[in-house]
Parts: sequence; C-alpha cells; structure tokens
Amino acid sequence: MKSYILPEFLVERDDYRCIRCEVCVRQCAFEAHRYDADEDAVFVDESKCCGCLRCVTLCPTRALTVRRNPTQTPDNYNWTREQLMDAYKQAETGGVLLTGMGCGRELPIYWDRIVLDASQVTNPSIDPLREPMELRTWLGAKPDRLDSQGEGKRRRIEGMGPQLKLETPMMFSAISYGAISYNTCEALARAAAELGTYYNTGEGGLRRDLYKYGRHTICQVASGRFGVHADYLEAAAALEIKIGQGAKPGIGGHLPGEKVSLEISRTRMIPEGSDAISPAPHHDIYSIEDLAQLIYALKEATHWTKPVSVKIAAVHNSAAIASGIVRAGADIVAIDGIRGGTGAAPTRIRDNVGIPIELALAAVDDRLRAEGIRNRASIVVAGGFRNSGDVIKAIALGADAVYLGTPALVAMGCHVCRKCYTGKCNWGIATQDPYLSKRLNPELAARRLVNMINAWSHEIMEMLGGMGINAIESLRGNRLRLRGVGLSREELDILGIKHAGE
Amino acid sequence: MFRGSSFNAPSRFFRDDKDFSGCSIFGMMDRGGGKVNGEPVIKAIANMKERSNGLGGGFAAYGIYPDLAEFYALQLMFEDECARSRAEEFIRRSFEVAEAGPIPTRSIPEVTDIPLLWRYFVRPLPTCLQEEEGEDDYMVRAVMHINVNIEGAFVFSSGKDMGVFKGVGFPEDIGRFFRLEEYEAYTWVAHGRFPTNTQGWWGGAHPFNILDWSVVHNGEISSYGINRRHLEMFGYVCTLHTDTEVIAYAVDLLLRRHGLSVDDLAMVLAAPLWEQIDRLPRGKRERATALRQIYGSLLMNGPFSIIISNRTQMIGLTDRIRLRPLVAGRAGKMMYISSEEAPMHLIEDGLERTWIPSGGEPIVAEMEVGTGMRAGVGA
Repeated sequence: MKSYILPEFLVERDDYRCIRCEVCVRQCAFEAHRYDADEDAVFVDESKCCGCLRCVTLCPTRALTVRRNPTQTPDNYNWTREQLMDAYKQAETGGVLLTGMGCGRELPIYWDRIVLDASQVTNPSIDPLREPMELRTWLGAKPDRLDSQGEGKRRRIEGMGPQLKLETPMMFSAISYGAISYNTCEALARAAAELGTYYNTGEGGLRRDLYKYGRHTICQVASGRFGVHADYLEAAAALEIKIGQGAKPGIGGHLPGEKVSLEISRTRMIPEGSDAISPAPHHDIYSIEDLAQLIYALKEATHWTKPVSVKIAAVHNSAAIASGIVRAGADIVAIDGIRGGTGAAPTRIRDNVGIPIELALAAVDDRLRAEGIRNRASIVVAGGFRNSGDVIKAIALGADAVYLGTPALVAMGCHVCRKCYTGKCNWGIATQDPYLSKRLNPELAARRLVNMINAWSHEIMEMLGGMGINAIESLRGNRLRLRGVGLSREELDILGIKHAGE
Repeated sequence: MFRGSSFNAPSRFFRDDKDFSGCSIFGMMDRGGGKVNGEPVIKAIANMKERSNGLGGGFAAYGIYPDLAEFYALQLMFEDECARSRAEEFIRRSFEVAEAGPIPTRSIPEVTDIPLLWRYFVRPLPTCLQEEEGEDDYMVRAVMHINVNIEGAFVFSSGKDMGVFKGVGFPEDIGRFFRLEEYEAYTWVAHGRFPTNTQGWWGGAHPFNILDWSVVHNGEISSYGINRRHLEMFGYVCTLHTDTEVIAYAVDLLLRRHGLSVDDLAMVLAAPLWEQIDRLPRGKRERATALRQIYGSLLMNGPFSIIISNRTQMIGLTDRIRLRPLVAGRAGKMMYISSEEAPMHLIEDGLERTWIPSGGEPIVAEMEVGTGMRAGVGA
C-alpha cells in the first residue's frame, strides 16, 4: 500500500562540509542515513527521521540540518497536518496510535501563568551564597503533635512514620528497567545517591547490581508485580504502589517480548522473550480497602521501617481519592499529571485523559487540609516540570517534593522525539539494544544529572532568598507568595491563589 | 452608624492577608509579682518613637483585674451598637457574665475614629461545653466565632486577670487614651507600630491575644501563608489581617494544647539550622529533628523579634538569623525585653545587666520566686 504520510522532517546535508565519515549512518538506528560507496555519497530517507538530532549533534563538520518539513497541507483549522497524518497512519495500519513521552498538546500550562513574590524594603531578601538556605525535606507520615513515648533507646514518637530524607525536594520519577537501558538506570541511581535524594525503579524490578544504591531507591510495586520479591523490598528505601500514570490513566503497560532480554527476564521474573503485560487495574485492588491491605502487607513485609507511597494519575476526583489513600495508610501520595511522560502510551489516551498537575495538586492539598490529615502523608507531584521555576511553584502550591522524569532524561541527552516505544533510542536511553545503550556512559550521565539538579537547587535557593525565606518548609503550601496572571476567577479559586495586583 | 475608616477592616481588606511593619516592642515583668502602673511602660515605648508612625499602639497588662481573676476578661471593640447587640446576644447565650461595661477612656485629640470598647467578665456556661472540652478550648472557639461570624465585632483579649488595650495612634497616646496610669500590673508589654503597606486599624494594632497569651511583634513573617494554613487545620481562623496573629495562635497551640516547653517552642518558631541539629548529641538531635519534621509549617521565617507573655512568663525571641533587634535587661526582680536598650535606662536606674540574645535563643522570665530565669539563658 502506498503510504500517504509526509515525512515530518527534512534532513539537509551541506555536501561541501560532509567528509563521508559515516557517523550519521552509524548513529541513526532508524536508518535514515545511507552511504553509497559507489557514488561516495550519503543519502537520506527522510520518512525514517524521528527528529532526535543525534546525527546533527555528532556530525563532526556540522554538515547536517534537520528542520520541519515545510510542505503545506491545505489550510484547515480542523484538519491540521498532524490530524491528517494520524488518520493516514491508522488507515494504513488499522492500529492504535502509539507514542512516547508526555502530552504536548496546547493545554494550559499553569506554571507559566503563575508568578512568584520577592521581598522589598520591609523584609530583607537573603543571599544564599552568604547565608544558610535549607532545602532538606522529609517525606513520610507525621503526627499532628510531638508526643514521645518510652525512654532511652525505646523512645518513639507517637504517629511518626519512617521518613525519607531528601537534601533537595526533587527525586527522579519511576522509569522501569525495560523502558530504559541498564546504563540509564545506573546513572539515575548514582546521581540520586550523590545528590542525597531518590530515584524510582518503576515497575521493572531492580537488578542486583543496583542494590548497592538501595538507600536511594524507591521500589515500585505495580499491577504486573514484576520483579517483586523479598530482597527487592528489602533493598529499597521506600516502596511505591503504582496505581496509575499521568500519561495513561486507566490503562496498564505492555513491554513487548522482543525487549525482554535475558537480564530483563531475570529482573522481572518472567520468561525470556515473553510480553510483560501490566494489567490496567491491580487485580487484587478493586477498591480502597483492598489498597489498604496491600499497603499494610508491604509495611509488614518490611517490618514497618519503610514509607509506602501510592502513586495515582491526576484525574477529576483526585482529591477524594488522595484522601482515601491517606486514610488507607499511605505515607506518601504521589500524583502524576496529564503532561507526565511514558515509554509508550496510546496517543489518544495520553493526550485526552487526565488533568493538569497544578490543579490536581492544589485540590489534593486543600482537601487533605480541610480534613485535617495533611500531616499524615507527604505529597509528591510529577508530570510536566521543565525547570526550577515550575518546581518551586509546585512546592508553594503545597507539594512536599517533585518527581522529575522527562527532565532527567533530557539531562542525559533525550531530545523528546517521542519514539521511546520503538526501542531504537539513538541516545542510548530508551533501548535494550547493546549497541545503542552503550552510548550512554553511566558516569557521565550521572554527572549531567547531578549538575542539573544542583543548578535547579541553586535557583530554588535564590528564589527562596528573594522571598526572605531560608527554609523550604516555609514556602511549602505558602500560596500567598504566588499570584496568577491571566487566569479566570475559577482557576484562581481552584489554585487557591490571588491574581497579580490583588 | 459608620465610625470611621480606621476602625474596622474595610471590605477591601481581604486583599491584604497580612501586613508588615517595622516596630518597637517593650516588655517588663516583676518576677516577684510587684505591681506598677502604666506610666513607666508608656514612657519606655514613647522613647522609641522613631520606630512607629502613629498607625498603631497597644499594651498588654497582667494582674489588673485581681477581684475578677477567676473570670475571663473579654475585651472587645464594636463597629457600632448593632454589632454590640449582636455580640452581646452571643455572649449572654454562651457565658455567665459577672460584670460588663465600657472600657474607661479619656478623650484626647490625638486619638480619633474610636470604636465602641467594652469588656465582659465571663465564665463559660457548663451546658455549652462540648464533651471533654476544657474551658480554655471553649473560649478559643467562642473568640473565633465572634471574630469570624459576628460582623463588626473583634475580640482584643480573652485572658484572665489581664487585658489588651490597643488602637490607632502612637502608643503613648493610646496609653493615655485608655488611662493606663489607673491600672496596676506586674507584667506590661507594649508595642508601637509602623505599618508599611496597609492603613492602620484598631484590630490590627498589637498586642495580639488569645486566652492569656499576648504577642507583640516587630517584623514580617514571610512564611505567613503556610503558618496560617497549618493553624487552620487546628481550628484557628486568622481574621485580623496581620501576620502577628499567627504567632499568638501558634503559641497557644504549642504550649497550651500540645504541651511543649518554651525551649521546644523556640525550636519550632525559630528552628535551629539542620547543620546545627546534625551536630547535636543523639537524644537532642532526635528531638530537634522531630520538632522540625512535625512543626515545619510553624517555622516563622523572615525577620522578627517578639515578646510572648502570659500570666507567669515573658518570653523574648528573634528569628533564627536575627534580622530584628532584641535586647534584655535585669534589675533585681525586674526583667526587661526591648527593641532598644535606651528605654530601659530611661525608666530603670538600677539596671544590673543588659545583654543581646543570639538568633533563635529565647529569653525567658518566669514568675516563680527564686532564680526566675532558666539556666543558660543569661543571668
């Protein structure tokens, strides 16, 4: 069948600059570049280009340019080029459209409509280079009051759950071994350990090589229960029950058998080459009381020494669900917004299901406070953070910490080309191909992660200092330091902030 | 009847959830219980005129109603007679009222736009108490009710054997207006206000009070938004549009309801830095860590110096990086805490010692005869 799909990008080669070194040919796993020895020329099949810019970045003579295919489809507000291409794709294959990374639709990004406060005159701003500035954050259940029981070593504080200590209120989101390469997992683990924070295994289990980073690892227990066994739970600093994911609320996951290599099969505890299917629901959780049982089962299994988090996708009634989760005994509620990333999701679900994290966060924090149970669990939010400005606004809206997924991948080289589900990631991130995955050096990637988080932490300190605040907990939930710009009264009410000028 | 713009919170006031001010604070306590009238404290606070701008002054006095000491002294301001009858209807329904009447004042040209000022000596009706509710808890609930639900009525103070006297004006004028020379108290606390972003109004002047606790404050609480939201979880509703209010409620929550010590209170309001906590010996480290973990939302961030007082204590505290001044002084059984040292010398010839506490280090004066002051805190 003749394909009607137009190439998304054009690849232009400056033949004067090209030295026929074939770096582009070797670097492109999609085989967009081809060297013809007879003609001593490099040719391009643009229909294969995903726009990841690996060839452009590595071309030693900067001979390559990739740009959006300027070919115009007929002007139509409804039938844009994107809509046309998607329809052709489905007409040609009969399949559900697949994609990777987070929703990039033109939904409002509230972070861009919120601005921060700063001190003037009455309150000295603080220079974090000269004065203390504290970002240390503790995640876990806390009592409403300090009430210590017992004496000496047996002394304990009534209602105080096990705590995770974060030196900066940022963690790396759940990304499974399988979705990403082992090297990428290792880079995340090393960076988390160096930063004094945590990374999350996702639902792919944990390779034993990484147990040594266990004190900085949050191990996930998802609907497929892949790789969940006693040592896995023991290795973790905290456990997370994954109920939903912002990129695909309401559906499960599917790691195709081709990706289930020997190592992945061992880690996930499934036969080599078999599909790893995470069911949409946990089939032992059909309601809240079942969730409570799993929370307590995990607490029992780890001798009540580890906080248990429950991660949900941000949906319409997140606030009520979060309240139920806290009452069911979770120490941490993690909420993943509609812009949250994924290795693979049906395009229509990613782009149409769920709500923006800003609104979900504000609603959940309000609800837990209204019920007087905000201390009983920490709130961690994920899905759509792009820089430290977004992070600090999330904290001011009420989050204890954030999960960073896409930003972490970007730090390691990801260009958000949305082809993670193909397994051909040219940057060596979302792939199990040994030829590709060795492109990512865990040590260098960890350095990039540490650099980025340190830079963001510094920026957060600067902004805190500007507000005359020297401890992150004094900004957490302090919505008076936020103002909205160009938001409706309803949006402001939900966010619990005032409009600029008020 | 409209009684002037500086009386009550204007309708647009909701736009300013807090106001901030540069201020003078002064406190004096006779640990032996000896009483003096309001003249010295007025003289002292007047000496720091540079620090106030005439938009608010106030005093708290302890030991002034010895004959009615078993009753809560509710001191209120009303916008008009309608507000008064609304409030009185509630007060008579909720309390046994031993005595009621206007607070005595004298007319002076410096104090204008005066609200109705009344005081009621009350005791909760036993039938009104909820199950297992103490009288203090009931009082807090009643004060919140009046402030939130009864339009045009605000409670200045609600403690026993004490009262708060405050208004719009320089503190020395407010003191003369309220005829403070006629009251005898063993503890006096005073405040002169320099609000920078809102017009002064009577309810917004310091001290802020709940039950026996009074707070005067110089500074701005940058963490106000979260302090307030945290206190709301415990039933405190901030209505007076100033950040000082949250300190008063936090003190009530921590000391009275949660039973923390004054040292613990200081570790919450002006928490030590993590790097200091990490160096403490294990037992202390664990307690300090737990206090910050549990009460992080009550850390008062931003510049402040405060004097917190009740019937037996007077506590001075600055923010943890000490962005506002505070100095302590001692003359026999008399303890002084002040923004500046000069006023102490002005009213006290026998000053034995003055000293400046570190950021976050509380100065505690206690009524008990004997040492009166805690080990390690001056003396």
